[in-house]
Amino acid sequence: MFTATPLNRRSYRNQSLAKAVFFLMTVVLVIPVLLIVGTLVVKGAPAISWEFLFTAPTDNMTAGGIFPALVGTIWLVVVALLASVPVGVAAALYLSEYAPDNLLTRTINLAIINLAGVPSIVHALFGFGAFVLFFRMGQSILAASLTLAVMTLPVVIVATRESLQAVPQAFREACWNMGATRWQTIRKVVLPNSISGILTGVILEVSRTAGETAPIMFTGATAFVAFLPEGVLDQTMAMSYHLYYIATQATNVPEELTFGVALVLIAIVLMMNAVSIGFRVYLRGLKKW
Amino acid sequence: MDNTAGTRNGDFAIETRGLNLWYGDFQALFDVDLGVKRGMITSMIGPSGCGKTTLLRTCNRIIERLGYVRTTGNVYVLGHDIFGDDVELVQVRKQIGMVFQRPNPLPISIRDNVLFGFKLHEARLRKVSAAEEDEVLESSLRQVLLWDTVKDRLDKPATGLSLEEQQKLCIARLLPVKPQVLLMDEPCSALDPAGTEAVEELIWKLRGEYTILIVTHNMAQARRASEECVFMLLGKIIEHGRTEELFLSPEHSETADYIEGRFG
Repeated sequence: MFTATPLNRRSYRNQSLAKAVFFLMTVVLVIPVLLIVGTLVVKGAPAISWEFLFTAPTDNMTAGGIFPALVGTIWLVVVALLASVPVGVAAALYLSEYAPDNLLTRTINLAIINLAGVPSIVHALFGFGAFVLFFRMGQSILAASLTLAVMTLPVVIVATRESLQAVPQAFREACWNMGATRWQTIRKVVLPNSISGILTGVILEVSRTAGETAPIMFTGATAFVAFLPEGVLDQTMAMSYHLYYIATQATNVPEELTFGVALVLIAIVLMMNAVSIGFRVYLRGLKKW
Repeated sequence: MDNTAGTRNGDFAIETRGLNLWYGDFQALFDVDLGVKRGMITSMIGPSGCGKTTLLRTCNRIIERLGYVRTTGNVYVLGHDIFGDDVELVQVRKQIGMVFQRPNPLPISIRDNVLFGFKLHEARLRKVSAAEEDEVLESSLRQVLLWDTVKDRLDKPATGLSLEEQQKLCIARLLPVKPQVLLMDEPCSALDPAGTEAVEELIWKLRGEYTILIVTHNMAQARRASEECVFMLLGKIIEHGRTEELFLSPEHSETADYIEGRFG
């Protein structure tokens, strides 16, 4: 009575097949990551040393370290964050907590999605035209960081808005009905309960900003400067651009040097992502609902 | 608030005159004239969609949060027109507390929940000592019969309480700003029978001190825990009278049919 019929067996076979296919696709997804990281570690690890991290390149980039590029990347990321986080978080707060559902709001949302889809090289040209030439910033950290900020703004807005909207509506209603204004509600209830998501979004933005090459190419990155940047109007070296340069432009660069730079770059990005994930897990543990 | 300053009958805490309300093109309330007496518990019963929650939510104007709502007519609370030009919504909400179907404590400590409104309104006007805060906290929790249960865990998150305790807490946090009217939208529908009984008992205890308007689906609850009862059908008030009279000898046949369960 309870034995399998041929129909049961066929259903079961199909279900196993589906599971196997989906598993295979998941593996296909993971393989490139493992190969990339593996190759970088194997080929790049010999180049890594304290000296590599903390000295400048020498002999036409064929020897020495990456210190100015490392410092430059930090400058670029920090200045880009200073520009994009306040704007992005404020915009997300407006869109999530204040904006009425009308044509203007829908247009703005559409614009944000489109901004996220603009290729980075187009952002680079925009940054060159707007910041370098029109606002006369010249090729500088400021111009490059602002270009990066414009590019990553949609990421900040979308991540912030998502974490704001994850705060249950009942909390807002509770506040409003005790006579709290929208701003009091945001400050006392919405922000404290969404800050983990917002910070996660910001850290993800950092990792993306650190790895971008195209937007800084025309706007502030340079192949070689002998000194560290002293202010936002200096040009700077950057990890991503440095990698591009030694891999394609410079001659006689030893292979392990190139892979070493790539390894450091990807390590920075992965570390950022790990911090972001760890942070999210930690803060989710603190959540009380 | 000065209760005699208004032009309306001082016996009513809430009074509506010719109130019509539309959701877009759909008319949800038709010429509603309702007088809710001060210090009494008035329950509103009626089948789903009859407009009782809409009417409740019009009394503190939270209905307006849906942008497509339009009203005509007047609503007087404590003698004052709440749709008047010089009305500040924050003041309306202070006088009229609202309790929801699902308890909605904020994800902060029990203490901060109770003191939330107090800090928002009182503590910004003057310096409030920690002792006074503790006093407000204790008296609010005592009023809702929750003090003995939670006095040892005031700094624990409110979301860890049982639903019944959460609902009591949601009532407690309205009290420090001294509202005169409490609106309750099916406050027991998320609770089990024991919790329902406990919250009903609390509501009954609060009568006299507060005017309470309560929407319920549960006729037994209306009968047990209210002094006056309003029966609504299709956006109109059919009957309004003392609860026992309305249940024992309803004047209208629709009321009789509904309370006898011939339609729901």
